[in-house]
Amino acid sequence: MCLAIPVKVIEVGADDTAIVDLGGVKKEISLALLADVQVGDYVILHVGYALTKLDPEEAEKTLALFAELGEAGASGATAAP
Amino acid sequence: MAEIKRGYVRPLDLKQGRIDLTHGSGGRSMVQLISELFAKHLGNEYLGQGNDGAVMPAPTVDGRAGRIVMSTDCHVVSPLFFPGGDIGCLSVHGTINDVAVMGAAPLYLAAGFVLEEGFPLADLARIVESMARAAHEAGVPVVTGDTKVVERGKGDGVFITTTGVGVLRDGVELGGSRVRPGDAVIVSGSMGDHGVAIMSKRENLSFDAPIESDTAALHGMIADMLATGADLRCLRDPTRGGLAATLNEIAGQSGVGMMLHEKAIPVKQVVAAACEFLGLDPLYVANEGKLIAICAAGDTERVLAAMRAHPLGREAAQIGEVVADDHHFVQLTTSFGGRRIVDWLAGDQLPRIC
Amino acid sequence: MKYIDEFRDGELAKNLAASIRAEVEPGRSYSFMEFCGGHTHAISRYGLSDLLPPAVHMVHGPGCPVCVLPIGRVDLAIDLALNHGVILCTYGDTLRIPASDGLSLMKAKARGGDVRMVYSTIDALQIARDNPQREVVFFAIGFETTTPPTAVAIQQAEAGGLRNFSVLCCHVLTPSAISNILESPEVRQWGTVPLDGFIGPAHVSTVIGSRPYEFFAEEYRKPVVIAGFEPLDVMQAILMLVRQVNEGRAEVENEFSRAVSRDGNLKAQDRVAEVFELRREFEWRGLSVVPYSALKIRQKYAAFDAERRFKLDYRSVPDNKACDCGAILRGVKKPQDCKLFGTVCTPENPIGSCMVSSEGACAAHYSYGRYKDMH
Repeated sequence: MCLAIPVKVIEVGADDTAIVDLGGVKKEISLALLADVQVGDYVILHVGYALTKLDPEEAEKTLALFAELGEAGASGATAAP
Repeated sequence: MAEIKRGYVRPLDLKQGRIDLTHGSGGRSMVQLISELFAKHLGNEYLGQGNDGAVMPAPTVDGRAGRIVMSTDCHVVSPLFFPGGDIGCLSVHGTINDVAVMGAAPLYLAAGFVLEEGFPLADLARIVESMARAAHEAGVPVVTGDTKVVERGKGDGVFITTTGVGVLRDGVELGGSRVRPGDAVIVSGSMGDHGVAIMSKRENLSFDAPIESDTAALHGMIADMLATGADLRCLRDPTRGGLAATLNEIAGQSGVGMMLHEKAIPVKQVVAAACEFLGLDPLYVANEGKLIAICAAGDTERVLAAMRAHPLGREAAQIGEVVADDHHFVQLTTSFGGRRIVDWLAGDQLPRIC
Repeated sequence: MKYIDEFRDGELAKNLAASIRAEVEPGRSYSFMEFCGGHTHAISRYGLSDLLPPAVHMVHGPGCPVCVLPIGRVDLAIDLALNHGVILCTYGDTLRIPASDGLSLMKAKARGGDVRMVYSTIDALQIARDNPQREVVFFAIGFETTTPPTAVAIQQAEAGGLRNFSVLCCHVLTPSAISNILESPEVRQWGTVPLDGFIGPAHVSTVIGSRPYEFFAEEYRKPVVIAGFEPLDVMQAILMLVRQVNEGRAEVENEFSRAVSRDGNLKAQDRVAEVFELRREFEWRGLSVVPYSALKIRQKYAAFDAERRFKLDYRSVPDNKACDCGAILRGVKKPQDCKLFGTVCTPENPIGSCMVSSEGACAAHYSYGRYKDMH
């Protein structure tokens, strides 16, 4: 729900703040809702707060799944009567 | 006995001074403001006539009388200074463009200023210098102007109104109602730069984006496009409301629809990213140095070549076609393969949370 | 843009669409409710329905907190701005919601109310610090995604001794809305709104986890697939739902595994529990009164509760009689079925909330899809 975007943490500051980057746009946000965030992590940002960390392995798995499902679908479609 | 120095007037304090009500009253104070600030930077033979109205020769094109094109624009942009420009050059470019998109050669500008009591003279000097630079680079002088001052709190620093006059040769007919199914829809470059540059400076929405406003005078590129002899139907600059508003306007005027292709619309990555942050669609974000050109399909390559040869049109691209449609919808095939309409928004797009 | 562009790849979309087509059983129809305004928006904005086979229908649920916000709550915000002279800070989404007396927050601003749009509660706190002599109220709307930021703001205000800051709390809960739909006569008894499964909200789930949906899957025998925010996520979730339905399963599956875990964000949940508690009941536009579906500020933080601070009196305001928002929010009617759609009620002149928010079913259809009605 709601508009949230995956952004990369490029700086971790004092008082639960961080600077994040998306496509060259930088913004200062709050890490008050997360623990243990490192530079280089990706987080989901919503209304100025990081809500969760993005798991890069799971992201790869999901993308791979799209591609695999896609191939199965493509070949399935050609096989249909 | 001390000698009275005749005609001595202490110069304007351009570092610390501020506009006060005397500057708009028509007295010596106003005359000084005009001579030491406005005329000093904007000065040209017409402004120098120093009368209530400027007198210029009858406009001609290639020695023949042409039609007069006139346009006016009020500029209330906030903040006054933004990455890539300010209200000064914006007011010059905007009006030059409105005249140029009619196919006319812009000739002269008039500028009216409403200044707020308390406005720093240093900022005003910056703005006027910027206007002068823009006018000079474009070759379009400011020939007459006016200044008024309003009480503190009744104006946003400065409002500028510019009016432009140009001359249109015979045989050139451009307009929103001339567009026909089959025509090509072309843009001169990336969409959304100006609006994002402005938003990056507004309070409560601040973020650091390496984006500059694209504010620019387009009359040079337009002249090149006209010189190709291509069958151009309509030219327009997509300012407030962005590409979407302008195309919807034209579709309505000509009684047609449009089919655009999302993948073909150039958008800089930083602009796309800033729009992601705020939940905005770049198609609805303002541009100040870009052009929409609609031409007969057969002339598309010619027009694109002329645009790409010009510094302001390097990324020119065809983004779609005009189609027959009684409902005048502007539609879009998404990068995803689906279809949707690009509707005409009621008001400004607002950043959203959901 | 990483983690965004890859999930919008048009080529993969074509293949996923082919998979869905291949797995849809002939003669069978599938109706899935997407419960998240962001999903509604993604479907419209990318034209996803064009890629789905005709047997698959998407029903738009009440997943837009703007759409379910009753007029009476907006009236409270307007009252604060116009009659109590506060600086009313709000997210952009609420500004155009039509409220009583022909007003909206935007119109209240035109009448002299100090209404300021903010991107975050962080901005609202700053406004409070910058204006110590004024009262600053934050209009807090949203589901569980948006609630933790409000909790943090209140705690920060307390820790910082900010005496002039308070919150008008209108946060609502997702599971309650889902229950309400599943319990509605149209779904449970009459079967007039066939629902074969749910696409679970993306970002609410990062906070609450996937666990809360297990109850629905078990109790109501409906599959739930939590989907990410991007169009490829939505398509894959639809494929997973089609498979569950074909196989007669009713489980909770998590497509958005890169951001959602079973437990969710416990730190965020704790902060919310520290600051808020359940209201016994709350009026939802379109769903009327729903028990234990919304939050209010705990006694401990009463000083930051605008309702208590300004002694606000909530008055329920009924919808325009001809407005079908309620039925549309519950998936019982489509925007086109409403007599006012596209005529009296348009994005320029919205009669009901479904038309104001770009996620509302009516606004989404009007802005992106109404060309389909014409052809």
